[in-house]
Amino acid sequence: MTTSINSALKITLPVLFGYIPMGMAFGLLLADQGYAWYWATLMGVFIFAGAAQFMAVGLLAAHAGMFEVAMTTLLLNSRHIFYGLSLIHNLKAKGWRRFYVIFGLTDETYSLLTAHHASRSFTNPTNQNDNDEGQFQFIITALNQSYWVIGCTVGALLGSIITFDTTGLDFTLPALFMVLVIEQYKATKKVFPFAIALVCAVSTLVLFDSSSMLLISITLTLALLLGTQQLQTKGIMK
Amino acid sequence: MGNTLYIILFILTMGLATLATRAAPFILFSKQGEHPLLVFLGRYLPPAIMLLLLIYCVKDVNWFVDKGGVNEIIALSVVVVAHLLFRNALVSILLGTGLYMALKQGVFSLF
Repeated sequence: MTTSINSALKITLPVLFGYIPMGMAFGLLLADQGYAWYWATLMGVFIFAGAAQFMAVGLLAAHAGMFEVAMTTLLLNSRHIFYGLSLIHNLKAKGWRRFYVIFGLTDETYSLLTAHHASRSFTNPTNQNDNDEGQFQFIITALNQSYWVIGCTVGALLGSIITFDTTGLDFTLPALFMVLVIEQYKATKKVFPFAIALVCAVSTLVLFDSSSMLLISITLTLALLLGTQQLQTKGIMK
Repeated sequence: MGNTLYIILFILTMGLATLATRAAPFILFSKQGEHPLLVFLGRYLPPAIMLLLLIYCVKDVNWFVDKGGVNEIIALSVVVVAHLLFRNALVSILLGTGLYMALKQGVFSLF
């Protein structure tokens, strides 16, 4: 048990160095909106999703309705649906631990779990106990979430104690999407999804007012993607 | 008090929606029966959505006025270069955001 915690600490160290400053940035932004520090903690505990929480700051400020919150979150995290495929057979945790690992599957937890599983099967194929592996996956997820919650809380506390010039801190969100665009391109090696999105976004911005951009452009994108799929299955387009 | 109820509902809604997307592959794909349309959307909707969200974030920049958008272009370029070099998402984001904050807060005009 102690040895698995020690090795989990070592594996999750890069996540620690990322989650603490990212969580702090989120906490500072939320505190800047006038929310008490514990709301940042609660969001880290119950939501535990970087992009969604940064998006939440804007949605809270706009006093968005629950339908909009749910739709935005579903679309924002839609990338998880495909990531999870690689883990279906490798998720060894059982019972409530399994539920917790699925709840805590952030981008970073996914990449640690998949990378760790791959390296373990190579280096140590005989000593592969599913129970130990499941326990280990649970510890990794819990450590990652504790780093995130600490970051969120510390940032919010700092923001409520001292005044901090947060001008430009909200750039974390476009920076995150830029990174995700690159990662998605590396994963799919296809240009057409981006071309469709670009056309839909620009035409929506030109034709409609910019506040309703997201829902309209997503609907258009979905329609064009479905059209592309139909053309591909009929063999008209490669 | 109304605001407290609102934020509690907000956190629950966002938490459940996030959980839904994380649990979806384990529910939808755990057995066979992967519908080709679902697989297609699962693969190609996320890249499109990520670009839409990126554009959504920078749509309110005054692109054609004065020096509008220069800071954004510089900082996003740094994110791209950093990500292609190190491929560490958190490093790329923090570098780009740090630079953007410095640009916005006029740190460089002191020199």
